[in-house]
Amino acid sequence: MNRPEQRTLLSGWGLTSPTAAHVVRPRTPEQVAEALAGAGGRGALPRGLGRSYGDAAQDAGGLVLDCTGLTGPVHLDTARGEVTAPAGTSMDRLIAHLLRRGHFVPVTPGTRHVTLGGAIAADVHGKNHPAASSLGAHVRALTLVTADGRTRRLGPGPDGGDPELFWATVGGMGLTGVVTEATLAVFPVESSYMRVDTDRTGSLEETLELMAHADDRYSVAWLDLFARGGALGRGVVTRARHARLGDLPPPLRRRPLRYRSAGVPVPPLTPPVGTVNRWSVGAFNALHLNRAPRRRRGQAQPLTAYFHPLDALRGWNRMYGRPGAVQYQFVVPFGEEGTLAGVAESLSRARAPSFLAVLKRMGEPTPGPLSFPRPGWSLAVDLPADLPGLGAALHGFDERLVAAGGRLYLAKDGRARAETVHAMYPELPAWRRVRERADPDGVLVSDMARRLRLL
Amino acid sequence: MRDSVGSVRSVLLLGGRSEIGTAIVERLVREGAREVVLAARGGVSSPPGALTGLGASVHSVDFDAGLPDTHTGTVAEAVALVGDLDVVVDAFGVLGEQSEYEADPAAAARSAGVNYTGHVSVGLAVAARLREQGHGTLVVLSSVAGVRVRRSNFVYGSAKAGLDGFAQGLADSLYGSGARVLVVRPGYVPTRMSAHVEPAPFPATPGQVADAVSAGLRSDATTVWAPGVLQPLFAGMRLMPRALWRRLSR
Ligand SMILES: Cc1cc2nc3c(=O)[nH]c(=O)nc-3n(C[C@H](O)[C@H](O)[C@H](O)COP(=O)(O)OP(=O)(O)OC[C@H]3O[C@@H](n4cnc5c(N)ncnc54)[C@H](O)[C@@H]3O)c2cc1C
Ligand SMILES: NC(=O)c1ccc[n+]([C@@H]2O[C@H](COP(=O)([O-])OP(=O)(O)OC[C@H]3O[C@@H](n4cnc5c(N)ncnc54)[C@H](OP(=O)(O)O)[C@@H]3O)[C@@H](O)[C@H]2O)c1
Repeated sequence: MNRPEQRTLLSGWGLTSPTAAHVVRPRTPEQVAEALAGAGGRGALPRGLGRSYGDAAQDAGGLVLDCTGLTGPVHLDTARGEVTAPAGTSMDRLIAHLLRRGHFVPVTPGTRHVTLGGAIAADVHGKNHPAASSLGAHVRALTLVTADGRTRRLGPGPDGGDPELFWATVGGMGLTGVVTEATLAVFPVESSYMRVDTDRTGSLEETLELMAHADDRYSVAWLDLFARGGALGRGVVTRARHARLGDLPPPLRRRPLRYRSAGVPVPPLTPPVGTVNRWSVGAFNALHLNRAPRRRRGQAQPLTAYFHPLDALRGWNRMYGRPGAVQYQFVVPFGEEGTLAGVAESLSRARAPSFLAVLKRMGEPTPGPLSFPRPGWSLAVDLPADLPGLGAALHGFDERLVAAGGRLYLAKDGRARAETVHAMYPELPAWRRVRERADPDGVLVSDMARRLRLL
Repeated sequence: MRDSVGSVRSVLLLGGRSEIGTAIVERLVREGAREVVLAARGGVSSPPGALTGLGASVHSVDFDAGLPDTHTGTVAEAVALVGDLDVVVDAFGVLGEQSEYEADPAAAARSAGVNYTGHVSVGLAVAARLREQGHGTLVVLSSVAGVRVRRSNFVYGSAKAGLDGFAQGLADSLYGSGARVLVVRPGYVPTRMSAHVEPAPFPATPGQVADAVSAGLRSDATTVWAPGVLQPLFAGMRLMPRALWRRLSR
């Protein structure tokens, strides 16, 4: 695993802050250890499929380990209800493997084009957070190659070898070492379809009310932040559970576990100016909202359509053009609905063209000190990065979040201030102590870690 | 690094008292920069209140353009103070008086040493650092005076022409390194430096130059003109027959 002379420009999914690094693609844990040993003065960092939005998966001037080469056989143990896979395995591949055998992953993010390693490093959450918590809660064991080249098998409990390091790695944004393999708890499903209930709501209160009482396994609301006044926060709430055979219309029962994952690519050229603006978004939102049924019950939907609607359009991030996109995602505790409404209102007042405002309810967190989810409401908003005044506006929101006991999601961030994030993650010092033990020479580092002074 | 909304964290100003340079830094601080290093002869004892008032930590280092052997050290000092350099603004220079230069060739050469070779040594030192860190922008204050050199200030103009060419070559050498160079070509800017010369048409204030630089930093631009109209104007001037140019630019 020699460090190549050539450097590659890397950026996050938002395409905003490219920096150059030497990239190697290890295929085995041994090659990972070898690469880490050869890291230079600018350190090293694992990277997955680059679906974090900001600068989490880049290390300017350093060595980036492209972990998508860590693939190989996936092993499902139905008796124990767990699957073991190399960390470079994509969620897409994992889901395909599991569905064929009548099983499903415990948590999936809104895109299936993430690696298992990247998903653990961000402790990703899905639309089932109140019921299932985040991915870390289902990791039974993981293999971590630390900066000294040692391979450690870690588990979450007292018999897990070094549970502190396990939890520092879950949500640890690649800064404790390279995850090379993981074992996840999985569960059986009868079909690859979801049984979906859809409701259109007329206001934020109505949306929150419906979400608060959703006791289905999965729920999510898509909000129209373009609407104003009383209609602000109107949206579409979809609640779902895995469809059983009996829920499926007869034609679907013939191949109940069918899984199709192809997407249509967006044209490969990045337009010099974004095509995402107030008008296109207004039209999209109005269309989307009016297309949704006012109320529908028990619709069978392929799970890809429910969980990963955006994956249908590959490379959609390029629609924002050269300036790229920012995603602002935060969680505020229950009782701070006013803060949520305030931020939504400010975005609406600024006529910020946001295609995607996704509201989720969150439940119990994992013990990961840097893990994002907290009980409360999470809102994620995509915005064009070159909106005038965006930087200052978002810093303003950050302050409201800190005051409300809320926090930002690191996997989406590329712009917050170090002090802000330190205030939002009070367990950062505890995490640092564990990290220092695992990486005393500070080999693992990222652009995000430098910007937010995480180390 | 430029963050996802285009703000930077740290700025090094070479020519730490330059009016244009200070306006650029102030603008970057308003947009979120938090760490500033002012590099000037003897350091800068009282940094502009505008910078500190906006919440930036302002540091200063000693820097003399005429001492090329010290330039790598200057850059290292700045890095020791603030870490990675997100933006380096190269804004030092001397204008002087053409007639005096013609009477004192040694003085002319000294000014060319500041306006050209000084930038060569510090520019290369900065580029080495930016290349190593894999990101960052060097903003070089060139001038329209170097686009087509005039009889009336050819000592200054030819040094700027050299600097402009140097900066473009440096930009190409950094291609693919994650770092880049932004060449800035202002016209007449009323500052201390230009106080003794006749204002030229299409002037720009230091604040307007700062606006152009800020926009250039946010885009992938390699060159900005201030004001923008100078670009087509000077495209025309470059084509002007020599005899006509000689008479116009006396
Ligand atoms: C359309 C879209 C929807 C999304 N929806 C959700 C959602 O619903 N819920 C949610 O939680 N997130 C969501 N995300 C964010 C995404 O799930 C996370 O950013 C995830 O970390 C991406 O995984 P990746 O493999 O692309 O990792 P990268 O983006 O490449 O890296 C992310 C982090 O993981 C680290 N890392 C990568 N591989 C390893 C490894 N092998 N070992 C150790 N560390 C590693 C990196 O250093 C980096 O810090 C979404 C993103 C997109 C683009
Ligand atoms: N003003 C214009 O019309 C105009 C137009 C086009 C381009 N420019 C260019 O823009 C840049 C900034 O100009 P400005 O208008 O801001 O002028 P300025 O205020 O006079 O700034 C020039 C700075 O250069 C510094 N300097 C001179 N010799 C030096 C040396 N040997 N070592 C270190 N620093 C030295 C000076 O430092 P001291 O404070 O120690 O003297 C001064 O602070 C210059 O490169 C200039 O050529 C200016």
